[in-house]
Amino acid sequence: MPILQVNNLKKGFGSTDVLKGVSFSLEQGQVLSIIGSSGSGKTTLLRCLNFLETPDAGEILINGKELLSNSEEEVRQNRLHFGLVFQDFNLFPQYTVLKNVTLAPSLLKQHPADEIREKALSLLEQVGLSQKVDAYPWQLSGGQQQRVAIARALALNPEVLCFDEPTSALDPELTGEVLRVIRGLKERNTTMIVVTHEMEFAKSVADVVIYMAEGVIEETGTPEAVFDHPRSEKTRAFLRGAQERF
Amino acid sequence: MFLTVTMELMSGFLETLKIFILTLAFSIPLGLVICFGSMSRWTPLRVLSRGFVWVIRGTPLMLQLIIIFFGPGLILGLTAMPRITATLVAFSINYACYFSEIYRGGIESIPRGQYEAGQVLGMTKGQIFRKIVLLQVIKRILAPMSNEVITLVKDTSLARVIGIYEVIWSGEQFIRKGLLWPLLYTGVFYLVFNGGLTVLFGKLEKKLSYFRG
Repeated sequence: MPILQVNNLKKGFGSTDVLKGVSFSLEQGQVLSIIGSSGSGKTTLLRCLNFLETPDAGEILINGKELLSNSEEEVRQNRLHFGLVFQDFNLFPQYTVLKNVTLAPSLLKQHPADEIREKALSLLEQVGLSQKVDAYPWQLSGGQQQRVAIARALALNPEVLCFDEPTSALDPELTGEVLRVIRGLKERNTTMIVVTHEMEFAKSVADVVIYMAEGVIEETGTPEAVFDHPRSEKTRAFLRGAQERF
Repeated sequence: MFLTVTMELMSGFLETLKIFILTLAFSIPLGLVICFGSMSRWTPLRVLSRGFVWVIRGTPLMLQLIIIFFGPGLILGLTAMPRITATLVAFSINYACYFSEIYRGGIESIPRGQYEAGQVLGMTKGQIFRKIVLLQVIKRILAPMSNEVITLVKDTSLARVIGIYEVIWSGEQFIRKGLLWPLLYTGVFYLVFNGGLTVLFGKLEKKLSYFRG
Protein backbone atom coordinates (compact mmCIF):
# COMPACT_ATOMS: atom_id res chain seq x y z
CA MET A 1 0.00 0.00 0.00
CA PRO A 2 1.34 3.47 -0.82
CA ILE A 3 2.10 5.66 2.19
CA LEU A 4 0.25 8.57 0.57
CA GLN A 5 -2.64 8.41 -1.83
CA VAL A 6 -4.31 11.52 -3.18
CA ASN A 7 -7.53 11.06 -5.11
CA ASN A 8 -9.17 13.64 -7.33
CA LEU A 9 -8.29 16.62 -5.16
CA LYS A 10 -10.12 19.81 -6.10
CA LYS A 11 -9.79 23.31 -4.79
CA GLY A 12 -11.10 26.65 -6.03
CA PHE A 13 -10.89 30.19 -4.78
CA GLY A 14 -14.01 32.07 -5.72
CA SER A 15 -14.61 31.37 -9.39
CA THR A 16 -11.03 30.25 -10.06
CA ASP A 17 -10.40 26.51 -10.04
CA VAL A 18 -6.84 26.10 -8.84
CA LEU A 19 -6.82 22.33 -8.51
CA LYS A 20 -9.05 20.55 -11.01
CA GLY A 21 -8.79 17.00 -9.80
CA VAL A 22 -5.30 15.88 -8.84
CA SER A 23 -4.46 12.24 -8.10
CA PHE A 24 -1.16 10.60 -7.32
CA SER A 25 0.40 8.23 -4.86
CA LEU A 26 3.72 7.94 -3.12
CA GLU A 27 5.58 4.97 -1.67
CA GLN A 28 7.46 5.01 1.62
CA GLY A 29 10.92 6.54 1.12
CA GLN A 30 10.13 8.03 -2.28
CA VAL A 31 10.88 11.61 -3.18
CA LEU A 32 8.35 13.41 -5.33
CA SER A 33 9.27 16.65 -7.06
CA ILE A 34 6.50 18.90 -8.26
CA ILE A 35 7.45 21.39 -10.92
CA GLY A 36 5.39 23.88 -12.87
CA SER A 37 5.04 27.58 -13.46
CA SER A 38 3.54 30.01 -10.96
CA GLY A 39 -0.21 29.65 -10.73
CA SER A 40 -0.15 26.02 -11.81
CA GLY A 41 -1.53 24.95 -8.42
CA LYS A 42 1.53 23.23 -7.02
CA THR A 43 1.71 25.32 -3.86
CA THR A 44 -2.03 25.01 -3.34
CA LEU A 45 -1.66 21.24 -3.61
CA LEU A 46 0.99 21.28 -0.90
CA ARG A 47 -1.11 23.56 1.27
CA CYS A 48 -4.08 21.20 0.89
CA LEU A 49 -1.94 18.29 2.03
CA ASN A 50 -1.07 20.27 5.15
CA PHE A 51 -4.67 21.40 5.61
CA LEU A 52 -3.73 25.05 5.36
CA GLU A 53 -6.38 25.03 2.65
CA THR A 54 -9.49 22.90 2.82
CA PRO A 55 -9.98 20.95 -0.39
CA ASP A 56 -13.41 21.23 -2.00
CA ALA A 57 -13.44 17.59 -2.99
CA GLY A 58 -11.24 14.54 -3.10
CA GLU A 59 -9.42 12.27 -0.69
CA ILE A 60 -6.08 12.33 1.08
CA LEU A 61 -5.15 8.92 2.47
CA ILE A 62 -2.15 8.10 4.62
CA ASN A 63 -1.56 4.35 4.87
CA GLY A 64 -5.08 3.91 3.58
CA LYS A 65 -6.70 6.14 6.18
CA GLU A 66 -8.77 9.09 5.01
CA LEU A 67 -7.58 12.33 6.58
CA LEU A 68 -10.04 14.97 5.44
CA SER A 69 -12.42 15.89 8.21
CA ASN A 70 -14.77 18.64 9.25
CA SER A 71 -13.64 18.59 12.84
CA GLU A 72 -11.03 21.18 13.67
CA GLU A 73 -9.49 18.92 16.29
CA GLU A 74 -9.19 16.00 13.86
CA VAL A 75 -7.62 18.25 11.26
CA ARG A 76 -5.06 19.35 13.83
CA GLN A 77 -4.24 15.73 14.62
CA ASN A 78 -4.13 14.70 10.97
CA ARG A 79 -1.72 17.50 10.13
CA LEU A 80 0.90 15.67 12.12
CA HIS A 81 1.18 13.07 9.34
CA PHE A 82 2.74 15.83 7.25
CA GLY A 83 5.55 18.26 7.86
CA LEU A 84 5.89 21.47 5.91
CA VAL A 85 8.96 23.55 5.25
CA PHE A 86 8.00 27.00 4.02
CA GLN A 87 9.62 29.10 1.37
CA ASP A 88 10.38 31.88 3.86
CA PHE A 89 11.23 29.63 6.83
CA ASN A 90 8.75 31.14 9.32
CA LEU A 91 10.92 30.44 12.32
CA PHE A 92 9.63 31.83 15.61
CA PRO A 93 11.80 34.92 16.13
CA GLN A 94 11.56 35.07 19.91
CA TYR A 95 12.90 31.56 20.45
CA THR A 96 16.38 30.11 20.15
CA VAL A 97 17.14 27.58 17.47
CA LEU A 98 16.75 24.76 19.97
CA LYS A 99 13.44 26.08 21.31
CA ASN A 100 12.12 26.47 17.77
CA VAL A 101 12.64 22.74 17.34
CA THR A 102 11.39 21.62 20.76
CA LEU A 103 8.37 23.94 21.08
CA ALA A 104 5.79 21.88 19.19
CA PRO A 105 6.84 18.47 20.59
CA SER A 106 6.79 19.92 24.12
CA LEU A 107 3.28 21.24 23.60
CA LEU A 108 2.10 17.87 22.29
CA LYS A 109 3.53 16.20 25.40
CA GLN A 110 4.02 12.86 23.68
CA HIS A 111 7.51 12.42 25.09
CA PRO A 112 9.37 13.49 28.25
CA ALA A 113 11.19 16.83 28.03
CA ASP A 114 14.74 15.45 28.08
CA GLU A 115 13.93 13.02 25.27
CA ILE A 116 12.53 15.87 23.17
CA ARG A 117 15.68 17.88 23.82
CA GLU A 118 17.97 14.97 22.92
CA LYS A 119 16.09 14.39 19.70
CA ALA A 120 16.18 18.09 18.81
CA LEU A 121 19.91 18.27 19.41
CA SER A 122 20.55 15.26 17.21
CA LEU A 123 18.35 16.71 14.45
CA LEU A 124 20.23 19.98 14.62
CA GLU A 125 23.46 18.04 14.35
CA GLN A 126 22.04 16.25 11.34
CA VAL A 127 21.38 19.58 9.59
CA GLY A 128 24.81 20.85 10.62
CA LEU A 129 23.77 23.42 13.19
CA SER A 130 25.12 22.03 16.48
CA GLN A 131 27.07 25.26 16.95
CA LYS A 132 23.94 27.40 16.67
CA VAL A 133 21.50 25.85 19.12
CA ASP A 134 21.42 28.94 21.34
CA ALA A 135 21.32 31.49 18.50
CA TYR A 136 18.20 33.43 17.60
CA PRO A 137 16.83 33.30 14.06
CA TRP A 138 17.95 36.83 13.17
CA GLN A 139 21.52 35.81 13.87
CA LEU A 140 21.40 33.13 11.19
CA SER A 141 21.77 33.23 7.44
CA GLY A 142 18.79 32.26 5.30
CA GLY A 143 20.27 28.85 4.60
CA GLN A 144 20.80 28.21 8.29
CA GLN A 145 17.28 29.35 9.09
CA GLN A 146 15.90 26.99 6.49
CA ARG A 147 17.89 24.12 7.96
CA VAL A 148 16.44 24.92 11.40
CA ALA A 149 13.00 24.86 9.81
CA ILE A 150 13.74 21.41 8.42
CA ALA A 151 14.85 20.16 11.85
CA ARG A 152 11.73 21.71 13.37
CA ALA A 153 9.49 19.85 10.93
CA LEU A 154 11.36 16.58 11.47
CA ALA A 155 11.01 16.82 15.25
CA LEU A 156 7.41 15.65 14.95
CA ASN A 157 8.28 12.57 12.89
CA PRO A 158 5.99 13.33 9.96
CA GLU A 159 5.29 10.47 7.57
CA VAL A 160 5.62 12.81 4.62
CA LEU A 161 7.81 15.91 4.68
CA CYS A 162 6.76 18.66 2.27
CA PHE A 163 8.89 21.51 1.00
CA ASP A 164 7.38 24.59 -0.61
CA GLU A 165 10.12 26.02 -2.82
CA PRO A 166 12.63 25.67 0.00
CA THR A 167 15.41 27.59 -1.73
CA SER A 168 13.45 30.31 -3.52
CA ALA A 169 14.06 32.90 -0.79
CA LEU A 170 17.77 32.12 -0.55
CA ASP A 171 20.79 33.71 -2.13
CA PRO A 172 22.19 31.38 -4.78
CA GLU A 173 25.28 30.53 -2.74
CA LEU A 174 23.09 29.34 0.14
CA THR A 175 20.84 26.97 -1.78
CA GLY A 176 23.46 24.23 -1.84
CA GLU A 177 23.53 23.67 1.92
CA VAL A 178 19.75 23.28 2.03
CA LEU A 179 19.67 20.93 -0.95
CA ARG A 180 22.44 18.84 0.65
CA VAL A 181 20.30 18.44 3.76
CA ILE A 182 17.34 17.31 1.65
CA ARG A 183 19.59 14.85 -0.17
CA GLY A 184 20.77 13.56 3.21
CA LEU A 185 17.15 12.99 4.23
CA LYS A 186 16.56 10.92 1.12
CA GLU A 187 19.43 8.67 2.14
CA ARG A 188 17.65 8.21 5.46
CA ASN A 189 14.59 7.02 3.60
CA THR A 190 12.44 10.08 4.34
CA THR A 191 9.33 10.33 2.22
CA MET A 192 9.28 13.79 0.72
CA ILE A 193 7.36 16.06 -1.61
CA VAL A 194 9.42 18.95 -2.93
CA VAL A 195 7.86 21.80 -4.85
CA THR A 196 10.83 23.40 -6.54
CA HIS A 197 12.19 25.57 -9.30
CA GLU A 198 15.58 23.87 -9.08
CA MET A 199 15.28 21.63 -12.13
CA GLU A 200 18.71 20.05 -11.74
CA PHE A 201 17.95 19.25 -8.14
CA ALA A 202 14.53 17.83 -8.98
CA LYS A 203 16.14 15.69 -11.63
CA SER A 204 18.85 14.33 -9.37
CA VAL A 205 16.98 13.76 -6.12
CA ALA A 206 13.46 12.81 -7.17
CA ASP A 207 12.13 9.31 -7.77
CA VAL A 208 8.99 10.71 -9.29
CA VAL A 209 8.39 14.05 -10.99
CA ILE A 210 5.03 15.69 -11.48
CA TYR A 211 4.69 18.58 -13.89
CA MET A 212 1.61 20.64 -13.08
CA ALA A 213 -0.10 23.07 -15.40
CA GLU A 214 -3.40 24.88 -14.92
CA GLY A 215 -4.48 22.83 -11.94
CA VAL A 216 -3.93 19.37 -13.39
CA ILE A 217 -1.05 16.94 -13.54
CA GLU A 218 0.11 17.45 -17.08
CA GLU A 219 2.84 14.85 -16.96
CA THR A 220 4.28 12.47 -14.41
CA GLY A 221 6.97 9.83 -14.36
CA THR A 222 10.60 9.22 -13.48
CA PRO A 223 12.93 12.23 -13.77
CA GLU A 224 14.41 10.74 -16.97
CA ALA A 225 10.99 10.34 -18.52
CA VAL A 226 9.73 13.81 -17.65
CA PHE A 227 12.92 15.79 -18.22
CA ASP A 228 14.49 13.90 -21.13
CA HIS A 229 11.52 12.43 -22.96
CA PRO A 230 8.51 14.61 -22.16
CA ARG A 231 5.42 13.47 -24.01
CA SER A 232 3.32 16.58 -23.62
CA GLU A 233 3.93 19.70 -25.64
CA LYS A 234 3.21 21.87 -22.56
CA THR A 235 5.92 20.07 -20.58
CA ARG A 236 8.40 20.55 -23.40
CA ALA A 237 7.62 24.26 -23.59
CA PHE A 238 7.96 24.63 -19.84
CA LEU A 239 11.30 22.81 -19.74
CA ARG A 240 12.63 24.86 -22.63
CA GLY A 241 11.65 28.04 -20.76
CA ALA A 242 13.23 26.80 -17.56
CA GLN A 243 16.47 26.03 -19.36
CA GLU A 244 16.61 29.44 -20.95
CA ARG A 245 16.74 31.03 -17.56
CA PHE A 246 20.17 29.57 -16.93
CA MET B 1 4.95 76.16 53.50
CA PHE B 2 6.55 74.21 50.67
CA LEU B 3 6.28 71.07 52.74
CA THR B 4 2.60 71.64 53.57
CA VAL B 5 1.81 72.18 49.93
CA THR B 6 3.82 69.14 48.88
CA MET B 7 2.00 66.95 51.41
CA GLU B 8 -1.37 68.25 50.24
CA LEU B 9 -0.51 67.67 46.59
CA MET B 10 0.76 64.23 47.49
CA SER B 11 -2.64 63.29 48.87
CA GLY B 12 -4.19 64.48 45.62
CA PHE B 13 -1.62 62.62 43.60
CA LEU B 14 -2.39 59.41 45.49
CA GLU B 15 -5.90 59.62 44.10
CA THR B 16 -4.43 60.23 40.64
CA LEU B 17 -2.23 57.15 41.06
CA LYS B 18 -5.17 55.06 42.21
CA ILE B 19 -7.16 55.91 39.07
CA PHE B 20 -4.10 55.30 36.92
CA ILE B 21 -3.16 51.89 38.30
CA LEU B 22 -6.67 50.49 38.58
CA THR B 23 -7.64 51.76 35.13
CA LEU B 24 -4.66 49.96 33.62
CA ALA B 25 -5.42 46.81 35.60
CA PHE B 26 -8.95 46.68 34.18
CA SER B 27 -8.50 48.11 30.70
CA ILE B 28 -5.50 46.07 29.56
CA PRO B 29 -7.38 42.73 29.73
CA LEU B 30 -10.73 44.28 28.78
CA GLY B 31 -9.07 45.73 25.68
CA LEU B 32 -8.11 42.23 24.61
CA VAL B 33 -11.72 41.08 24.90
CA ILE B 34 -12.94 44.01 22.80
CA CYS B 35 -10.10 43.39 20.35
CA PHE B 36 -11.16 39.76 19.85
CA GLY B 37 -14.71 41.02 19.36
CA SER B 38 -13.58 43.48 16.70
CA MET B 39 -11.66 40.72 14.92
CA SER B 40 -14.38 38.10 15.23
CA ARG B 41 -15.47 36.29 12.10
CA TRP B 42 -19.01 36.34 13.48
CA THR B 43 -20.38 39.54 11.95
CA PRO B 44 -22.88 40.58 14.68
CA LEU B 45 -20.16 40.49 17.33
CA ARG B 46 -17.71 42.30 15.11
CA VAL B 47 -20.17 45.05 14.23
CA LEU B 48 -21.17 45.42 17.87
CA SER B 49 -17.55 45.68 19.04
CA ARG B 50 -16.52 48.12 16.37
CA GLY B 51 -19.66 50.21 16.96
CA PHE B 52 -18.89 50.32 20.67
CA VAL B 53 -15.30 51.40 19.99
CA TRP B 54 -16.61 54.08 17.64
CA VAL B 55 -18.95 55.52 20.28
CA ILE B 56 -16.34 55.48 23.03
CA ARG B 57 -13.54 56.89 20.93
CA GLY B 58 -15.86 59.33 19.24
CA THR B 59 -17.10 61.09 22.39
CA PRO B 60 -15.15 62.96 25.06
CA LEU B 61 -14.04 61.03 28.12
CA MET B 62 -15.36 63.90 30.23
CA LEU B 63 -18.84 63.37 28.85
CA GLN B 64 -18.58 59.64 29.49
CA LEU B 65 -17.63 60.32 33.11
CA ILE B 66 -20.65 62.55 33.55
CA ILE B 67 -23.03 60.08 31.93
CA ILE B 68 -21.78 57.12 33.95
CA PHE B 69 -21.90 59.03 37.21
CA PHE B 70 -25.14 60.97 36.78
CA GLY B 71 -26.86 58.84 34.17
CA PRO B 72 -28.20 56.02 36.34
CA GLY B 73 -29.75 58.51 38.75
CA LEU B 74 -31.16 60.93 36.19
CA ILE B 75 -32.37 58.42 33.64
CA LEU B 76 -33.24 55.33 35.63
CA GLY B 77 -33.79 56.83 39.06
CA LEU B 78 -31.17 54.58 40.63
CA THR B 79 -28.72 55.58 43.32
CA ALA B 80 -25.47 56.77 41.81
CA MET B 81 -22.44 54.59 42.30
CA PRO B 82 -19.54 55.94 44.35
CA ARG B 83 -17.52 58.59 42.52
CA ILE B 84 -14.40 56.49 42.36
CA THR B 85 -16.30 53.51 40.95
CA ALA B 86 -17.88 55.65 38.24
CA THR B 87 -14.46 57.07 37.44
CA LEU B 88 -12.89 53.64 37.12
CA VAL B 89 -15.74 52.32 34.97
CA ALA B 90 -15.52 55.28 32.59
CA PHE B 91 -11.73 55.26 32.37
CA SER B 92 -11.44 51.49 32.02
CA ILE B 93 -13.97 51.30 29.22
CA ASN B 94 -12.49 54.30 27.45
CA TYR B 95 -8.92 53.06 27.59
CA ALA B 96 -9.89 49.49 26.80
CA CYS B 97 -11.30 50.73 23.49
CA TYR B 98 -8.09 52.52 22.59
CA PHE B 99 -6.02 49.54 23.68
CA SER B 100 -8.20 47.17 21.65
CA GLU B 101 -7.33 49.03 18.47
CA ILE B 102 -3.63 48.99 19.32
CA TYR B 103 -3.85 45.25 20.00
CA ARG B 104 -5.72 44.69 16.76
CA GLY B 105 -3.09 46.56 14.79
CA GLY B 106 -0.37 44.53 16.49
CA ILE B 107 -2.05 41.18 15.96
CA GLU B 108 -2.86 41.89 12.33
CA SER B 109 0.74 42.91 11.67
CA ILE B 110 2.07 39.46 12.55
CA PRO B 111 2.82 37.62 9.29
CA ARG B 112 0.40 34.83 8.40
CA GLY B 113 3.36 32.49 8.11
CA GLN B 114 3.78 32.56 11.89
CA TYR B 115 0.26 31.19 12.35
CA GLU B 116 0.71 28.66 9.57
CA ALA B 117 4.01 27.45 11.00
CA GLY B 118 2.23 26.84 14.29
CA GLN B 119 -0.67 25.13 12.54
CA VAL B 120 1.42 22.67 10.58
CA LEU B 121 3.25 21.84 13.81
CA GLY B 122 -0.06 20.70 15.26
CA MET B 123 -0.55 23.57 17.69
CA THR B 124 -4.00 24.63 18.81
CA LYS B 125 -5.26 28.17 18.17
CA GLY B 126 -4.72 29.03 21.82
CA GLN B 127 -1.16 27.71 21.78
CA ILE B 128 -0.37 29.64 18.62
CA PHE B 129 -1.65 32.83 20.21
CA ARG B 130 0.04 32.38 23.57
CA LYS B 131 3.31 30.77 22.53
CA ILE B 132 4.02 32.38 19.18
CA VAL B 133 2.01 35.51 18.50
CA LEU B 134 1.63 37.20 21.89
CA LEU B 135 5.22 38.17 22.62
CA GLN B 136 5.74 39.39 19.08
CA VAL B 137 2.61 41.52 19.42
CA ILE B 138 3.76 42.93 22.77
CA LYS B 139 7.05 43.93 21.21
CA ARG B 140 5.31 45.66 18.33
CA ILE B 141 2.74 47.57 20.40
CA LEU B 142 5.07 48.79 23.11
CA ALA B 143 5.57 52.25 21.59
CA PRO B 144 1.86 53.04 20.97
CA MET B 145 1.00 51.60 24.39
CA SER B 146 3.48 53.88 26.11
CA ASN B 147 1.79 56.80 24.38
CA GLU B 148 -1.61 55.78 25.72
CA VAL B 149 -0.33 55.06 29.20
CA ILE B 150 1.31 58.47 29.45
CA THR B 151 -1.87 60.10 28.16
CA LEU B 152 -3.80 58.24 30.85
CA VAL B 153 -1.66 59.78 33.59
CA LYS B 154 -2.71 63.22 32.40
CA ASP B 155 -6.34 62.26 31.64
CA THR B 156 -6.88 61.32 35.29
CA SER B 157 -7.29 65.04 35.91
CA LEU B 158 -10.65 64.83 34.15
CA ALA B 159 -12.07 62.89 37.10
CA ARG B 160 -12.52 66.12 39.03
CA VAL B 161 -15.55 66.79 36.91
CA ILE B 162 -17.41 64.25 39.04
CA GLY B 163 -15.73 65.34 42.24
CA ILE B 164 -12.59 63.26 42.54
CA TYR B 165 -10.02 65.18 44.53
CA GLU B 166 -7.02 64.55 42.30
CA VAL B 167 -3.75 66.40 42.15
CA ILE B 168 -4.76 69.41 40.03
CA TRP B 169 -7.75 70.10 42.23
CA SER B 170 -5.57 69.85 45.29
CA GLY B 171 -3.22 72.42 43.75
CA GLU B 172 -6.05 74.70 42.78
CA GLN B 173 -7.25 74.80 46.39
CA PHE B 174 -4.35 77.06 47.21
CA ILE B 175 -5.49 79.79 44.84
CA ARG B 176 -8.14 80.72 47.39
CA LYS B 177 -5.33 81.27 49.86
CA GLY B 178 -3.61 83.51 47.34
CA LEU B 179 -1.04 81.00 46.16
CA LEU B 180 -0.73 80.27 42.45
CA TRP B 181 2.49 78.29 42.38
CA PRO B 182 1.06 75.07 43.90
CA LEU B 183 -1.10 74.67 40.79
CA LEU B 184 1.95 74.99 38.59
CA TYR B 185 3.83 72.70 40.95
CA THR B 186 1.37 69.88 40.16
CA GLY B 187 3.01 69.77 36.73
CA VAL B 188 6.18 68.53 38.42
CA PHE B 189 4.28 65.52 39.77
CA TYR B 190 3.13 64.59 36.29
CA LEU B 191 6.54 65.17 34.79
CA VAL B 192 8.38 63.06 37.34
CA PHE B 193 5.89 60.24 37.14
CA ASN B 194 5.82 60.21 33.35
CA GLY B 195 9.60 60.37 33.35
CA GLY B 196 9.59 57.18 35.39
CA LEU B 197 7.13 55.55 32.97
CA THR B 198 9.26 56.55 30.01
CA VAL B 199 12.28 54.89 31.61
CA LEU B 200 10.19 51.80 32.38
CA PHE B 201 8.97 51.48 28.80
CA GLY B 202 12.51 52.01 27.57
CA LYS B 203 13.64 49.11 29.74
CA LEU B 204 10.83 46.88 28.48
CA GLU B 205 11.73 47.72 24.91
CA LYS B 206 15.35 46.87 25.61
CA LYS B 207 14.36 43.62 27.26
CA LEU B 208 12.50 42.59 24.11
CA SER B 209 15.26 43.70 21.77
CA TYR B 210 16.92 40.28 21.99
CA PHE B 211 14.77 39.15 19.05
CA ARG B 212 13.69 40.76 15.83
CA GLY B 213 10.35 40.37 14.17
